[in-house]
Amino acid sequence: MSGARGGPQPGDGAMNAAMRPFPAAAGEALRDTRLRANLAGATHTIREKRNRVVAEVPDWPQLREAGRAIKVEVLAHLDTYLEAFEQAVTDAGGHVHWAPDAAAANQVVLDVARAHQVSEIVKVKSLTTDEIGLNDALAAGGVHAIETDLAELILQLDGDWSSHILVPAIHLNRTEIRDLFRATIADPSLGDDPRELAEASRRYLRERFLTARMAVSGANFGVADSGTVCVVESEGNGRMCTTLPPVLVTILGIEKLVPTFGDLEVFLQLLPRSSTGERMNPYTSLWTGVTPGDGPQEFHVVLLDGGRTRVLADQVGRQALHCIRCSACLNVCPVYSRTGGHAYGSIYPGPIGAILTPQLYGIEAAPTLPFASSLCGACYEVCPVMIDIPSVLLHLREKAVAAGAKPGERLAMKAVSWIFGGRRRFAAAARLGRLGQRPLVRRGRIVRLPAPLAAWTRTRDLRPLSSESFRDWWERRR
Amino acid sequence: MNGSRELILGRVRDALGDAGEAEALPPRAYRRQGTLEPAARIELLCERIGDYQAQVRRVGAAELAVAIGEAFAAEGAARVCVPGGIPPQWRPEGVELVVDAPLTLEELDGVDGVLTGCTLAIAETGTIVLSAGPAEGRRALTLVPDLHVCVVGEDQVVETVPEAMAPLAKLVRAERRPITFISGPSATSDIELSRVEGVHGPRRLIVLIVNKELQ
Ligand code: SF4
Repeated sequence: MSGARGGPQPGDGAMNAAMRPFPAAAGEALRDTRLRANLAGATHTIREKRNRVVAEVPDWPQLREAGRAIKVEVLAHLDTYLEAFEQAVTDAGGHVHWAPDAAAANQVVLDVARAHQVSEIVKVKSLTTDEIGLNDALAAGGVHAIETDLAELILQLDGDWSSHILVPAIHLNRTEIRDLFRATIADPSLGDDPRELAEASRRYLRERFLTARMAVSGANFGVADSGTVCVVESEGNGRMCTTLPPVLVTILGIEKLVPTFGDLEVFLQLLPRSSTGERMNPYTSLWTGVTPGDGPQEFHVVLLDGGRTRVLADQVGRQALHCIRCSACLNVCPVYSRTGGHAYGSIYPGPIGAILTPQLYGIEAAPTLPFASSLCGACYEVCPVMIDIPSVLLHLREKAVAAGAKPGERLAMKAVSWIFGGRRRFAAAARLGRLGQRPLVRRGRIVRLPAPLAAWTRTRDLRPLSSESFRDWWERRR
Repeated sequence: MNGSRELILGRVRDALGDAGEAEALPPRAYRRQGTLEPAARIELLCERIGDYQAQVRRVGAAELAVAIGEAFAAEGAARVCVPGGIPPQWRPEGVELVVDAPLTLEELDGVDGVLTGCTLAIAETGTIVLSAGPAEGRRALTLVPDLHVCVVGEDQVVETVPEAMAPLAKLVRAERRPITFISGPSATSDIELSRVEGVHGPRRLIVLIVNKELQ
C-alpha cells in the first residue's frame, strides 16, 4: 500500500526515476480542474485564517526576527549543539543514532523493530520519514508502518503521496474520501460528513494505538541544552504514538535543533499561527529521554543528515534549513496554488521545496525546480523565520545554469508562463494582489539585494558582537 | 555507529569552515511579559479556550467539588479516573473515582473520563499545560479517555507564551518532566479544511477555573 510513497532519496543522490521535471508535471496538474478548485479553496481559507491570527500579535516582526536569529545561531554552531543534544538525550536515558543518509536512518528503525520482533508499527506524519522513504524500507524488511494522521491514512489507503505539507490530502474531496473509506476501513453506510469520516478513522486506529508495541515519529524541534524533543500536532495521533507504545523511535533532521528550552517560546508562537492559522495547535508534546512509569520506556533519536550538511555548506542556500515546515509559503504562492504539490515531484513542495529539494539532492537532480517561481516575494513576506526564498531561488538558478542544466531562463519562462498562461488567467492572478507585474520582472527587489555572500554578511553584521568566545558563552549559558 | 557520528560532525565542520567569530545572543525584542490585570487575564483565557469549542466555567473554591460532579454528570460520565495526587476537596459526589494505580491501557480505555489539575494556563492562546505533576498524572491519563475535566487555579494563569516557558524550563531541567500543551479538544481539518473537533485525544474538554489558590 505504501508503494507509491517512495519519493526521492537523498542518500541515493538521485531523484526517483518516476520524478518528472516541473514543467511537464505542472502542465498536467493545470489541466486537472477539480484539483485546481480544491487547491484554490484550500489555500485561500488557510491564508485568511493565518492573516487573522498573525494580525492580532503586536510583536510578530520581533518574533520573526528572533526565530530567524535563533536558527542562524543553531546552524553556525551546529556541531556543538548536536553534541550537546546527544549528551542530554543520553543522560535522560535515550539512545542517539547518527544517520549520514536515508538508508542508515531506515536501518536504525528496522534494527529496533527486529530487536523487539515487531512486524507492525504506528507512525505519525512526518515529512522527514517521507523524505527517507521509511515506509518502503520497512516494508522491504517485513515491517508494516500504519500511518495515523487522518490525511496520511487517506493517502496510504489510496496509495498516493502528499501534495501539501500540512493538508496532504488537499487534492481529494469528501466524496472521494468516503468512497475510499467504504472500500477499505468502513462499511457501505458511511456518509461523507467530515465528522463521520473522522470518526471512522478514529475507530479504525484506536485499537492499533492501544496495542502497538512500537512507534515512529518525526519531530518539530530538538532542544540542545535539555535533550527535549517537541512534536506539534492537531489530531492527538502524535500523543498516542509518542506516549502509548513501549518503544519509540524519533527521526530528527540535524537542522531541527534549538539551543535552549526557552527558545521554544518563539517557535511555539510562530508555528501554529503560520501553519494552521490557530493561536495554538491542539496538542504539543515535549519529552526528555525516558520518564519512568510514563510513556515509552525505550526511546531512540535518529539524527539525520541526508544532504543537510551539503545545504549547510552553501552560505546563501543554508537558510533553507531554517524552515519550520509551516507551509505558509505554499498557501501564498501563485504557482503552488495553481499546480499543487505533485507538480514539484518532491516531498517538499511549493516555494520551500523549490529551494530545499535541489539543495538536498543536488542541483543536477532537480534543475527545473528553482525556476518554478515567479519571484513575486509573497513567500518571503509570510515566512515566520524570514527565509529569503526569492534570493535563494536566484542563487540556485545561477548554479543550475552553471552546472550546465538545460532549463535556463527560456525554459523557466516557459514553465512560468504556462502557469500564468493567457491574458485572462494572468489578470486573475494580478487581482490576487501579488503579481502586479510580469513574472521574473520584479527585479527591483532582486537587484537591490547585494551579491549572495554580501547578503549573508550584512545580516550577520546587524548582530552585536561580544568578545566572549562561543564555547565560553555556551558553557555559561547552560 | 561511531563512524557515522564522526562522519556527520566532520561534514558539519567542513560546511561551516573555521570561522570562529564572536557570538551574540539572538535578539529578544518580543514581548516577554503580559500587561493585563488579573481579572482581564482570566477573562481572556476563558474567551480563548471557548474559541476552541471547549467548555469553560468559573467556579468558587467552595463549590469546586459540586461543579466537578455536575460537569461529569452533564456528560453522562459515571466512572472517572484520577491521578493519585488530586486534592481531597476536589472529590465530587455521585461519581466513582478510579485512582491510576496505575491502570492498564484497557482499563483506561474503559473509564468515562478523567479529572486532573494543571501546571499552568496561557491566556493569550487558550492553552492548559500539564507536566505530569501529582494532580496531573502520567500522559496517557489525559489522552485515552474521551472526556477531560481540568481544574485551573486563577493563580496558575499567565498571559503570554514566554511567561509559561520559564517555569516549565525549570521542571524540565530539574526533573525531566514530560510536558503537554492542550489547546482545546483534538481536531482535524484534513477533509476539505472543515474543522472536526475530537479525533484521537479526548473529544470533550471542560476547563473549570477556580477563583482561589489551589492547595
Ligand atoms: S519556508 Fe518559511 S513559510 Fe515556507 S514552510 Fe518553511 S518556515 Fe514556513
